[in-house]
Amino acid sequence: MHEWALAEAVIAAASEIAEKEKLKQVTEIKIMIGELQQIETDILQFALSQLKSEKFKNTKMLIGTKRAEFKCRACGHKWFFEKETLDESTAEAIHFVPEVAHTYLKCPKCGSPDFEVVEGRGVWLESVKGVR
Amino acid sequence: MTDPRTSIISERLKKIGRIVAVSSGKGGVGKSLVASTLALSLVREGYEVGLFDLDFTSPSTHVILGIEGVQPKEDKGIVPPTVKGLKYLSIVYYSGDYAAPLRGVDVSNALIELLSITRWGRLDFLVIDMPPGIGDATLDLIRLINNVEFLVVTTSSQLAFETVRKLVNLLKELKVPILGIVENMKTENSNIQQQTRKSGLSFLGEIPYDVLVEEAIGNTNRLMNTVLAKKVEEIATKI
Repeated sequence: MHEWALAEAVIAAASEIAEKEKLKQVTEIKIMIGELQQIETDILQFALSQLKSEKFKNTKMLIGTKRAEFKCRACGHKWFFEKETLDESTAEAIHFVPEVAHTYLKCPKCGSPDFEVVEGRGVWLESVKGVR
Repeated sequence: MTDPRTSIISERLKKIGRIVAVSSGKGGVGKSLVASTLALSLVREGYEVGLFDLDFTSPSTHVILGIEGVQPKEDKGIVPPTVKGLKYLSIVYYSGDYAAPLRGVDVSNALIELLSITRWGRLDFLVIDMPPGIGDATLDLIRLINNVEFLVVTTSSQLAFETVRKLVNLLKELKVPILGIVENMKTENSNIQQQTRKSGLSFLGEIPYDVLVEEAIGNTNRLMNTVLAKKVEEIATKI
């Protein structure tokens, strides 16, 4: 359950922000998930609900996803991640360490593994709102 | 926008006594062999040890130790399997036998990902086999792990020591602890020991070129009977 590890990271990072901003209560956290990470948002949402401390007891957790897009550094071609084209073990490897996408994926136009993940990688906090 | 992963790294590493990065200025000096035998030596001394192969583009410690057919367990993150008495983590669990052509930013991201999701539990030592040089992995490790200590491997060649000097100067500048220098594949008229002492660093030991190491690769019992391993065992008692 990789989602639990990420949920813990989200709470730890939001706690740091809340402390820095002197927030007594956090009302809303907006979390964005890159599609490449293939996070189960239901599990992430559940893990977040289990990890809530006092400061987060009424926090609305908004989870959005960003489609993963690649750009080939060799020929400039752009394309989107399609999980359906991968076998289960490859999809799982990319789920744990998204960078191994460079091991398994190639530019569909020129075959190069040297591509950039333009967007849709990882997990990030877009905003943390609260009351002082 | 905040990357939440870096906020959990200190929590993930908090039960680890010491973190030793086995590093070098350039490749081919025997860093992975030293890291692997150091980890095994510490296990033999009775310590709880982890080994993390951070050379993502050219991992080799799994070959040195003959590790295959194991995967981390999933438990609210990943738990490295215990193999040969040590908790072992490598990108090969995910990249298999294939090449991992990663640029700097990808190396950083993979490192942060693995540090933030891996549950090492309690360890006395985490030995990290570094990629050569002063690249993203070295800089990230220094940035993300505040108690990391460096053990630097060189050969007797001035070419290797010259790059070590640069690495050491950077570490000193950044106030990162340096455990000392290990001279591998020592040649007869080498003066690395004197040069190391002149730089104010500890000389941890010298290892002669050992032809038997190649035949022992993949077999830890044979490996630990090599001259290289015996020398590294002595070094392990000094750190």
